[in-house]
Amino acid sequence: MTDDQLATQAEISAEIATIAGTLGRGASETQPRLDYPPYRSSVLRHPTKDLHQVDPEGIELWAPAFGHRDVGALESDLTVQGRGEPIGERMVVTGRVLDGDGRPVRRQLVEIWQANAGGRYIHQRDQHPAALDPHFTGMGRCLTDDDGTYRFTTIKPGPYPWKNHRNAWRPAHIHFSLFGTEFTQRLVTQMYFPSDPLFDLDPIVQTVVDPRSRERLVAAYDHDLSQHEWSTGYRWDIVLTGTHRTPTEDETEDDA
Amino acid sequence: MSTPTPGQTVGPFFHDALPYPGDSELVPPGRADAVRLHGRVLDGAGTPVPDALVELWQADADGHVPREPGSLRRDGFTFTGWGRSATDDAGHWSFATVAPGSVSGGAPFFALTVFARGLPNRLFTRAYLPGPALGGDPLLGSLPADRRSTLVATADRQGFAFDVRLQGEGETVFLTYPRH
Repeated sequence: MTDDQLATQAEISAEIATIAGTLGRGASETQPRLDYPPYRSSVLRHPTKDLHQVDPEGIELWAPAFGHRDVGALESDLTVQGRGEPIGERMVVTGRVLDGDGRPVRRQLVEIWQANAGGRYIHQRDQHPAALDPHFTGMGRCLTDDDGTYRFTTIKPGPYPWKNHRNAWRPAHIHFSLFGTEFTQRLVTQMYFPSDPLFDLDPIVQTVVDPRSRERLVAAYDHDLSQHEWSTGYRWDIVLTGTHRTPTEDETEDDA
Repeated sequence: MSTPTPGQTVGPFFHDALPYPGDSELVPPGRADAVRLHGRVLDGAGTPVPDALVELWQADADGHVPREPGSLRRDGFTFTGWGRSATDDAGHWSFATVAPGSVSGGAPFFALTVFARGLPNRLFTRAYLPGPALGGDPLLGSLPADRRSTLVATADRQGFAFDVRLQGEGETVFLTYPRH
């Protein structure tokens, strides 16, 4: 498809508005719609049959364990992985990973990836002609602490163009990958920044049709996290779905 | 009760972040008891999906749930039960692992999570080991025969094959759980 054949932003925005109108008054949807035509690459990639509800069994009641063997202490600082300072706005992003009952998810893996300050990923398939930063890979990992808190130091990512439609721009975001205490809680999502003018135009954000749910993807600027002459700070808490396993004595002791 | 954070697509640019050396080798591929679990991810037109990621979580051969860390830095000896495999240009993914045993008497299965560009949220499914143990399985028993077969791996020379069909004919049964 040539660029001229792509839909315009106005056409995509109209599709987004039409779908938003299908959300019943007072209805809530916590997760994105899998069938969301304004996000063009979803058209052939979403299941057409309803997800089949099943009670989790056996292995599904547990999640893989990760520890300090898996994750180095420096992996949570994306600004020290090169030989010099990366370009852009240094920022800290921190928050808590909680389960569906509000309990902290302790000592569990968090992975992030993102574009650099100019909106460019190091990925070879990213052909956006913005500069690569030799001091920034845009990848990080950490383990949550005993309070469920994760913390990364990074560079604020830039927005970037993509080919979903003509003049399509992704709002600046950081990809997050999270595990809970059960297989059923696995989550991959994206964190956005407050007051981003691209937020309402973006069909990936808008796969989450319920506006109250979309707000859960937006971090808060927190001046108490900003550091004098060093970095800005954002806070974003992540809530996983609810658990099913009855805690054993071992785990109860572990939690004490 | 807290409301869960929505998922979002894994996007096209995860390859430098999520895959890692040894990610798909839960056991060394040459080990005597190693089996291969592999397949393709296909879209609604039957076209292979080259930018998908499959994660595997499973019991060990005796049906014990692994509790050991070390999936990201494999030592070649510890069975962590977890791995991930990005699809190649032919939409193919592959793990070296062992056949899982039965956990608490249930039919043995591999638990799989599927991510892809164009897929707004992750999908969960099960790849059951083929065999007589499947008769009494409550999930399989609740499905019509043509859909049931989408959850059963096929034995092949090195282990098991299991295609993930995101849409259309033979669409894989994807799962949701209470509290989702």
